Order: sequence, then structure tokens, then C-alpha cells
Amino acid sequence: MSDIPAELRYASTHEWARLESDGTITVGITDHAQDALGDVVFVELPEPGRELGFAEETAVVESVKAASDIYAPIAGTVIAVNEALVGAPELVNQAPYGDGWFFRIAPAAGASLDALLDAAGYAGVCAGESH
Amino acid sequence: MDSASDAPLLCTPLHPAHVAAGARLVPFAGWEMPLHYGSQLAEHHAVRSGSGVFDVSHMAIFDLSGAGATSLLERVVANNVARLDGVGKALYGVALNEQGGVIDDLIVYRRAEGYRVVSNAGTRARVREWLAACNSSGATIAEQPLAMLAVQGPRALQLFEQAADWADLGSLPSFSAAERGSWMVARTGYTGEDGCEVMLPGDEAMALWNELLRLGVTPVGLGARDTLRLEAGLNLYGQDMDESTSPLVSNLGWTIAWKPAERQFIGRAALEAERARGVGERLTGLVMEARGVLRHGQPVRTAVGMGVVTSGIFSPTLGYSIALARVPQNGSSPAEQQCEVEIRGKWHPARLVKPPFVRSGQRVFE
Repeated sequence: MSDIPAELRYASTHEWARLESDGTITVGITDHAQDALGDVVFVELPEPGRELGFAEETAVVESVKAASDIYAPIAGTVIAVNEALVGAPELVNQAPYGDGWFFRIAPAAGASLDALLDAAGYAGVCAGESH
Repeated sequence: MDSASDAPLLCTPLHPAHVAAGARLVPFAGWEMPLHYGSQLAEHHAVRSGSGVFDVSHMAIFDLSGAGATSLLERVVANNVARLDGVGKALYGVALNEQGGVIDDLIVYRRAEGYRVVSNAGTRARVREWLAACNSSGATIAEQPLAMLAVQGPRALQLFEQAADWADLGSLPSFSAAERGSWMVARTGYTGEDGCEVMLPGDEAMALWNELLRLGVTPVGLGARDTLRLEAGLNLYGQDMDESTSPLVSNLGWTIAWKPAERQFIGRAALEAERARGVGERLTGLVMEARGVLRHGQPVRTAVGMGVVTSGIFSPTLGYSIALARVPQNGSSPAEQQCEVEIRGKWHPARLVKPPFVRSGQRVFE
């Protein structure tokens, strides 16, 4: 069973989103997602400053198995990216909720995480996939 | 193969060992097989730098004997089994249909009595039926339910000798085999490293597997098997070639024994006609040192026309992406080796090279 922290919110496309104390949102991919992808070999990150719409294709993760898009779980502006992933993509496998984060968003006015799943809801998505 | 997808998956005798080792198990050619045991990359590096063991018991093994065995193989295999001039010698070849398409690639071993043919799991039924259909010479064909392990890597032979108490394998030439009781050990493999493949009774496989792991040999799944074979420039049946492609466009022209001219192997007439027309394509290597991963099916744009990636991976040994691609024939000037590959809607520069990419842990292409 994969790790699904209760304090995060989730997209059905396997991104997690964490509301930071300064109001920004940190985004990564879930433990379930990294496990399904296998060893990550490349990550393509967005340019800081880029404006994102909700569910917009924002980053790419390439594993030994496949290339996958990472979608913005909330509309806003990219304010930081995890440059460490360029040289050490294995961080996505090793610490998907920690050092393996992808980018940070300043949410657009009025945008919220309410449309996302909570941990129980996301666990249901994962259970449905592994039937 | 899809028609069999509802059938229960077959398990090799080592299935419980894969479960115990924490394998990610996936369906493969009707079998439930290990994809990896945690990290495909770590398994790949283990084979390049030390030793790894693969369960390849899903592969098909046919023993051919009787007076008609040689003439059956002379018809079915485009390479010439007459080249096997001693017991234990082995050769790689392809079985062709009448149109010159590849039914399968296989290894033929000469035994004290008859031959052993090892072919792919996915084509087991096709090869069984093809051998039977071509057997006008009355050969005895016995499909063997043996287990098979591949032990590969610079330390593989030494550790296998220790695990199996089998001395002096190092003096066995490459592409030859030795038998002891119901075991056959061959200096063959699918990784570009030294090592061996051992065929043995299923009920003896677990003890050998466990002893190899106890000695520190790394269990390796299908994921790393694919990246190792592609670095070694070796084709995967069903992906780099199939019944619609001839060996001449699959980088396997070297496996065709054209002489003697009177040997009428199946597919010969079609290949001769293809040669007379001019072979229009070739299977070659592709290297992309920029970021991104080449994958099966991506279009390739060359100076002389379009091609396609047949197998593409991130090469763990090289640290960038490599592929096999089927492209139009062209010259060999440096400019003609430049090409572009379409990855997710964008064209990326790449370079055509002659495979293999890696042998014995080292980059070998120019």
C-alpha cells in the first residue's frame, strides 16, 4: 500500500499539493505515481514566472517506463522549481513528498484546493487503478 | 497474443522466489514475470559491474533428434546448422516465413544426439506449429519444460561455478555449451556481458537461484533485461522485427548463410528477390545526448526520408537515450548520420550510429 499523507490534497492525475504557511502551494507526484513509473531518469520543469491555468500541463517526468505529464493542481504563477531534480531525478522515487517536490505556485486570486481530493478520496482512485 | 489475455498467467518454478524478493510482477507473453525487484536501474548496473541472475524459464526449448533433424533445421533456420561442427557448438539465427519475414530468432545448440533450439516465449506456439508443419523429414521434436536462468556480468561465471560446483566454465568458448546430466550450461546471453545461461529441471532451479543470491548475485527483472540488451545492440522479437520485416532490414543479414547456394531454406527466394530489388531500409542505432527519452514508435526524420524508433530507452550505462530505429538506406557521410526524432510533438536532434552501444561495461560506438 502506498503512502498517502493525510495533510495533503490530491489530483486524480496523481499530483499532490501542499498549502504552505505563506499561502503558496508546493506540488509533486504521489508515492503511488512514482512506484507505478519506476525509476525516474529525467524531469522537465516549468520556467519560474509562468502563469498556469488549472490542470494545465506544467512539467514532464520521464521514467524507465514512460513519459508522463504533470498538471497544475491549481491556477497561479510558478514561483520556484526544484532544480535538484535536474541532477538527481531519483529524488522523486526516494522522497516523493519531500526532496522530490517539483514546483511551487502562488495561487491566482480566488483559486483554491477545494476541487482536489483528500487522502481518503485519492486512496479510492489508487484502489480503482490497481483493481 | 492478445487473444490469450483472458487465460490465467503461467508461473515459472521460481515464481515464489520472485514474490519473496519483492518483485513487481507483470504479465509477459502469457507468463507472470518480474519487471524489477525495486530498482530497474540498480539491477542494470549490477549486471554491468558485478553479476545478475534472470529467470528466463518462460523461453521455449525444443529438442530435435532423429535422422531428419538436420534437414529440418537446414530448411527452417536461415543460418546454416551445418556450421555446428562439434558437439556443444551453438549458433544464432532466424526462422523465416515464405515471404522472408522473421517468425522468430533463436539459438540452435548441437548435442551428442540431435539439437536443442531455444526460442522466444511470445512465439512458443508459432514456432511449435512451424517446426511441426515443416517436418517432412521425420525428425522427433520434443518440447522441454525446463527452467532456464541467465547469469550475466563480469563476475557471473565465477559465481555460477561456485554456486553449481561446475569448474572450468571459463575454458568453454563463447557460443558453446556443456552438458552434465540433465543440465546444459551455455556461454550465451542477452546483455553484452560475459556469463552463461543454464537450462535445468524445474525442481532444481530454486536451489540454484537461492545459492546464487546467497553468493551476492543480484536478481534482475525484465526491465533491466531490456535496457541491457538494447545497450548491447541486440534485437527484441516483436518490437525490432516480426513476420512483416525481413532480416535484411533488421540488422540480421549477417545471420543468413547464403552458401551453399543449393540449400533451400524457407524464405530464401524472398530474400534473394529483396536483395535483387535493393534493400530499402536498415535497422540501426540512434543516439540522443540531449535530455529526453527515445521510445518505441517515435518518428525519425533523416536526410533521405522518414523512419521509426523500434526500441528506445534511457541508457543507464551512458546516461542518455539510445534506440534502434528502422530508417531508409543512406550513405555513411557524417552529415547523413544527423537526424531528428519527434518526441511529444517536438523535433529533437539525434545521430545515427552503428550498434552495439555498450560491450563489457564500455561505450563502443563512434
